[in-house]
Amino acid sequence: MERDIIDLLRSKKDQVLTLWLQAQDSDTEASSNFNTHDELQAQSSEFVDLLFGSITEHNIQDFTSWELEALTDYVSSLTISRARQGFSPRETATYIFTLKDALLKVLSEQIESDPVKLYHASIQISKFIDNIGILSFETFITGREDIISQQSDEMAELSTPVIRVWNGILAMPIIGTLDSARTQVVMENLLQGIVDTGSSIAILDISGVPAVDSLVAQHLIKTVNATRLMGAECIISGIRPEIAQTVVHLGIDLSQMITKATLESALKYAFNTLQLEVRRVQKEKVNG
Amino acid sequence: MERIPILKMGKFLLVTIQVDLYDRLALNLEEDLIQMVFKTGAKGVLIDISALSIVDSFMGKIIGNIAGMSSIMDAETVVVGMQPAVAITLIELGLPLSGVHTALNVEKGMALLESRMITGQEDDTTADDD
Repeated sequence: MERDIIDLLRSKKDQVLTLWLQAQDSDTEASSNFNTHDELQAQSSEFVDLLFGSITEHNIQDFTSWELEALTDYVSSLTISRARQGFSPRETATYIFTLKDALLKVLSEQIESDPVKLYHASIQISKFIDNIGILSFETFITGREDIISQQSDEMAELSTPVIRVWNGILAMPIIGTLDSARTQVVMENLLQGIVDTGSSIAILDISGVPAVDSLVAQHLIKTVNATRLMGAECIISGIRPEIAQTVVHLGIDLSQMITKATLESALKYAFNTLQLEVRRVQKEKVNG
Repeated sequence: MERIPILKMGKFLLVTIQVDLYDRLALNLEEDLIQMVFKTGAKGVLIDISALSIVDSFMGKIIGNIAGMSSIMDAETVVVGMQPAVAITLIELGLPLSGVHTALNVEKGMALLESRMITGQEDDTTADDD
């Protein structure tokens, strides 16, 4: 694009801003925004300042240019702050694309006489603003992905606690589906727990596992075998009727493992193995 | 040549692996151990692998072999002190060592062997069915 067009637009900056703000006010979607009008005006004004401050006839063709870094940073932070305020990505994109309308309108008013020049300039401006729109979407998606990966990390941490139920007995309730990655975490935590506490019995409670298919069963068998190699015994507890049904229907053989319906019966079994006994004590004896 | 010492403790043999086990050393251990079982008429073999941090399929096979050979010579094998990482590796390699007894540490391994001796004396029909 020729330099004079950019200079021309730059000289009409105030007009562009006014048109842009008008377009936003008339836009029904944007009018339901959470910003006050002043805030929006300040934001838009800063945007336009940055745009005209950094754009040149060279970097309008090249969006990756370092000269545009200030502008791209601003767009990213704008997207993030708008997303936090509850704007949908469509609203943010519409906000950016109405700027294109304003720019093109001013442009067409100024160089009405030369259609060829107007045509080329319009295409370049469109491309440039489209790039800003894409950047905004990318920022939105990256932010979202960050949150998702952070949450899944937290979930993996939260859902695999090793509980020392008794001297020599560990319990591990599993909540959620067991996939390969989770099994690895479960196995590592359980085995480390066995080493740290010197426990000889580990109870794996699967009442929080929604469904057991052949893959999950295979993971359970792996964990039980690994526990056995360490020299401890592993009991699977919390087998719900539906799980028992699916396991048998799928033809999975769990007969080598010790399975119990409830954590209670698993604990009883563990006490029995450790030759412990739980008794009710006579009240008089306690007081005396 | 480097060899792993095999100690006789009463009716049992105690092997403590304190060095990194390479293939040749493992094969020597297998042979020495079986010779010792034969010579001493040991009733149990206790292998402490708590210092072993790396294991491969060959090592898994050797441990399985030792257990198998000892059991047909009427000696039970107990592997004690396996590291979590080693246990996970063996499982991932598909070597659950099903013929081998395991215990958390040497003390518990000895207790296990003792208890199996007692049950063996009381009733010879309750042989190892694992």
